[in-house]
Amino acid sequence: MKKILFLASLLASTMAFASSDIHLDKAPVRLDDNASLQRGAKTFVNYCLPCHSAQAMRYNRLQDIGLTEQQIKDNLIFTGVKVGDPMTNSMNKGEAQAWFGAAPPDLSVISRSRGADWLYTYLRGFYRDETRPTGWNNVAFDKVGMPHVLYELQGEQVLHVEKHGEHETHKLMLDKPGKLTPAEYDGMAADLVNYLVFMGEPMKATRMKLGIVVLLFLGVFFVVAYMLKKEYWKDIH
Amino acid sequence: MNSLTNLLGWVDARFPLTKLWKEHLSEYYAPKNFNFWYFFGSLALLVLVIQIVSGIFLTMHYKPDAALAFYSVEYIMRDVPWGWLIRYIHSTGASMFFVVVYLHMFRGLMYGSYRKPRELIWIFGMCIYLALMAEAFMGYLLPWGQMSYWGAQVIVNLFSAVPFVGADLSLWIRGDYVISDATLNRFFAFHVAAIPLVLVGLVVAHIIALHEVGSNNPDGVEIKKNKDPVTHIPLDGIPFHPYYTVKDIVGVVVFLMVFSAIVFFAPDLGGYFIEDNNFFPADPLKTPPHIAPVWYFTPFYAVLRAVPPMFGSQFPGVIAMGVAVMIICFLPWLDRSPVKSIRYRGPIYKTALALFVVSFLGLGWLGMLPVTPLYTVLSQILTTVYLGFFLLMPWYTKIDKCKPEPERVTG
Amino acid sequence: MSQNEVDRSKRRFLIAATTAVGGVAAAGVAVPFLASWLPSQRAKAAGAPVEVDISKIEPGMIVNVGWRGKPVWVVNRTKEMMDLLVKHDGKLSDPKCEVPQQPEYCKNAARSRKEHANILVAVGICTHLGCSPSEKLKAGAEGGMGDDWHGGFFCPCHGSRFDLSGRVFAGSPAPINLEIPPYKYLSDSRILVGDDSKGA
Repeated sequence: MKKILFLASLLASTMAFASSDIHLDKAPVRLDDNASLQRGAKTFVNYCLPCHSAQAMRYNRLQDIGLTEQQIKDNLIFTGVKVGDPMTNSMNKGEAQAWFGAAPPDLSVISRSRGADWLYTYLRGFYRDETRPTGWNNVAFDKVGMPHVLYELQGEQVLHVEKHGEHETHKLMLDKPGKLTPAEYDGMAADLVNYLVFMGEPMKATRMKLGIVVLLFLGVFFVVAYMLKKEYWKDIH
Repeated sequence: MNSLTNLLGWVDARFPLTKLWKEHLSEYYAPKNFNFWYFFGSLALLVLVIQIVSGIFLTMHYKPDAALAFYSVEYIMRDVPWGWLIRYIHSTGASMFFVVVYLHMFRGLMYGSYRKPRELIWIFGMCIYLALMAEAFMGYLLPWGQMSYWGAQVIVNLFSAVPFVGADLSLWIRGDYVISDATLNRFFAFHVAAIPLVLVGLVVAHIIALHEVGSNNPDGVEIKKNKDPVTHIPLDGIPFHPYYTVKDIVGVVVFLMVFSAIVFFAPDLGGYFIEDNNFFPADPLKTPPHIAPVWYFTPFYAVLRAVPPMFGSQFPGVIAMGVAVMIICFLPWLDRSPVKSIRYRGPIYKTALALFVVSFLGLGWLGMLPVTPLYTVLSQILTTVYLGFFLLMPWYTKIDKCKPEPERVTG
Repeated sequence: MSQNEVDRSKRRFLIAATTAVGGVAAAGVAVPFLASWLPSQRAKAAGAPVEVDISKIEPGMIVNVGWRGKPVWVVNRTKEMMDLLVKHDGKLSDPKCEVPQQPEYCKNAARSRKEHANILVAVGICTHLGCSPSEKLKAGAEGGMGDDWHGGFFCPCHGSRFDLSGRVFAGSPAPINLEIPPYKYLSDSRILVGDDSKGA
């Protein structure tokens, strides 16, 4: 009994904690949805890659989400690099630092450091703020250096702050609509986040599949080993 | 078959192969009443092997260079065939090593395995634990993420709290004014060569000492006291091989199931085995808002934070942390109970041990959280309980009402 | 401890079964570790097929392109060079290219694709001990190779001699002809070295 309690408390103590001050919207991540991942990849190379590299990600890895090398070459490579090359750009880090206050971070593993929900909230969280040099601020990332690259699509949001005594509520309102409806824009952000999650760990699908095989095998191993142990321990009991 | 026997004879005339086999396996008599808790010694050995093998293969692709280290890990994860598996095995192994070792140590606490004549086994074991901490701490710098960097920065800065020589000492450890390429390179050398050598040597010493005096058991009685008058084999002993080898295989398979489940389905275990912040490349100019060590260090980190600065120095906290670790070495001499095993101890020790477990887990939990006044008070209470378990032991173990130990092992 | 009831055959079977499953496990663990020594995606990307524009190579000239870190020669052989190729079969170790040192489509005296028989594509690594032979393209004595030299390559390390198809002369330390890599024509003037797949 005691050891069960001990193990349970050990488990509980390692399982409980995640801290965050901002409310994050749940990102609808669906790694088995290749169509969504492909749309996300397209958005990524069009809108993100000009400034942000993903130097750990090779273009030909996009074959994992159902694209052929030829499709990748024709539709997703704009910089003339080879299909086996990593996703880099010619952005000068020093200049970028001067323009935005910080060099645009590499996005290879951004989904693993920030988390999908944060990215989803961030991509949908830009609002007009004239106190900022770029004119933009973000609910997930206060005083963000990056301007809202997708504003033509989303439109312009403003932040409404309502005070209820000591309580403040923040609400984003669409001020000027963009080319996409809010639902379409959310879908696009979801696809992009989905892609970023895939890019953060492209081998995830492989490892999950392999894991089942390994566990099944170990199950067989257990049965055999247990029978062997039982047979020998007849001598003792 | 005959030629095989001949070959064995040829070897035995030159190297004590059969003798070693007999002494440590087929004629090493272990108590027949080992329970669940006795799996963790052999499992610790297994994890050591896993870590050495996976580590060797990682060094074949990793670059210990501040400019390259972070992306060389991602290179292993993506570009090296099966590199992701080897890396996840190594990162999971690091945490599982501590899980197994903590359970192994707790077993020793429950059944008094550190008591005479096993003091040296315990001391060697504590040395292994210390080497393991150094190994884990230095290894954690290598991925060169934000937590690697700032964790190392904070811990190395602890040395600067040492009076008089502190500043020079931490500068010497880093080889630079901050954690830098120089630090990364020397930590790499220690992590892959120096400390593993020490670890393996200590493990050998730990096992030699164990096999010299024989294993303890859940009843805490010496099986060597009751030997067969003719064969001189302990009546409650059974040969380690085949009985405990076949049993340990079962333990190993169950352990591998847990291990594989983590490696394949949750390699970062919700941020506990691989921290999210470590996917940001190290940035010497930007401290993450909340730095917490990996879970296996957090109990001692909480002790460190529980002690307030005195005389304008952090040193008392550092001392407290050092004491919290090192005091475990003195258990063999702190425990004055007439019995070894918890089965025959009185209510005072049982309560004390329960409180100790609560304090250790509680401190581990607090060590992960940001500092608040409430948490600081809690840490101080739990630190007192933790240290009290050891410091008061000579008294409460003596006055405890113990049950008589049986002559022979039970069950 | 009652030894009398021991079922030996059952034990033997269970030991065999555990050993077998354990062996499978050990092999399964060994595979990823051993496979991690294979070329990484980075090495593969760096070793990706290389495009060469042959319209820029003057007749009688050679260009050296890197493919998988090895020198690959592309030689635009003249009519005279081509004519000489068939005149020294007797001196070659393997004039008919029986040793598979070339793709099937290059198993001919010119050791080239028939679209442009005069274009030689060869890995410039001596089959003896891996030095890179130097070019002695011109026929005749002026390269110091003797009067009857028909043009070819000479390895400075141990003196192996090859003709302009990369075929080794008998008596050289090198045992077999130079390797012809897989390649294909993307267009009339562009070669892709390292890839001979059809389609797409």
